[in-house]
Amino acid sequence: MNLEAAAQSVNLHVKIWRGKDDGGLQSYEVPMRDNQTVLDIITEVQRRHEPALAYRFACRVGVCGSCAMTVNGKPRWTCRTHVKAVVGKTNSLLAAPAITIEPLRNLPRIKDLVCDLTPFFDKWQRAGGKFTGTATRRDPARRIDPQNDARRAANAAIECINCAVCYSACDVVAWDANYLGPAALNRTWTLINDKRHAEQSTTLEKALAAGGCTSCHSQGNCTRSCPVELSPAESIAGLKRAAFFGLPRTR
Amino acid sequence: MHRHLFLAQRFSALLLAPLVLAHIALIIIAVRHGLTAEEILSRTRGSVVWAVFYGGFVIAAAIHAPIGIRTILNEWTPLNGNIINAFAIAFALVVLVLGLRAVIAVTVVTG
Repeated sequence: MNLEAAAQSVNLHVKIWRGKDDGGLQSYEVPMRDNQTVLDIITEVQRRHEPALAYRFACRVGVCGSCAMTVNGKPRWTCRTHVKAVVGKTNSLLAAPAITIEPLRNLPRIKDLVCDLTPFFDKWQRAGGKFTGTATRRDPARRIDPQNDARRAANAAIECINCAVCYSACDVVAWDANYLGPAALNRTWTLINDKRHAEQSTTLEKALAAGGCTSCHSQGNCTRSCPVELSPAESIAGLKRAAFFGLPRTR
Repeated sequence: MHRHLFLAQRFSALLLAPLVLAHIALIIIAVRHGLTAEEILSRTRGSVVWAVFYGGFVIAAAIHAPIGIRTILNEWTPLNGNIINAFAIAFALVVLVLGLRAVIAVTVVTG
């Protein structure tokens, strides 16, 4: 028996959340395979066991940010989370391999593994996350020095895929429904460091208003769980510094 | 938390940190040297330095602690924001009045 066949002979015990808030976990058996992601497991359950299972995904390669769920109690991007990495960390050698998949925390549930992300994106707007240009299409493109401190700060935070993993990991969001959350504040940090943004002061005011960056407890769950290894905690620390010293120098 | 509360809490913390350390050092010195209450009061009464030191301590604590309590109540209880604000202000006044009363008692010369 080759290695792949041996791996396939092991069944993974999968528990998946079914229903809305008053739902519960249901168990399924799925064969373990090489290079199997958590999203692969959910797809297999839907195709072979539970055609009515609702879940959300699009790109399957860690770009779109659609497939975030709670895997063994932690928010993760399921398309890039390997089953072996998760199962190996949470089960002893003696126990049968098992995995529990639930919807994201801190967001209203719709059905099974699908959450309503409206509050998450509404907070991006409330945080002043919209870019407003200073030039028209007839103006020449502005030269941006990539080595400028502010530009480097913006670059370090800009690759957010809007997956809401940090929002789900954040305890302050769980305690205070008014809190904007790490992703929205990370976005405002990139904008106040972007010299092409016309409304830097307004954006900073929004980030400093009640429920903004000053509510953060600096626990760092956002940075720890960010699948693309950004540091929203560092961005929020930058916004807190701006509460004392004003806008960063972008020129 | 509003920006002005955030700043007030940070600045009061900046003040409290050295004051708390100095206060603890004073307690240790007083105990190790076996000072009596009369000896301590003879040094603090009429002293502008001790009045400013502990007066500043009380004012910083009366600013710092209620802002923290307000945050805790906001995050951990379902209470309405106005009730929480009223409680925080009342708590600030209690700390301020009790604290300043104690400062006056040990620094102002009576009789």
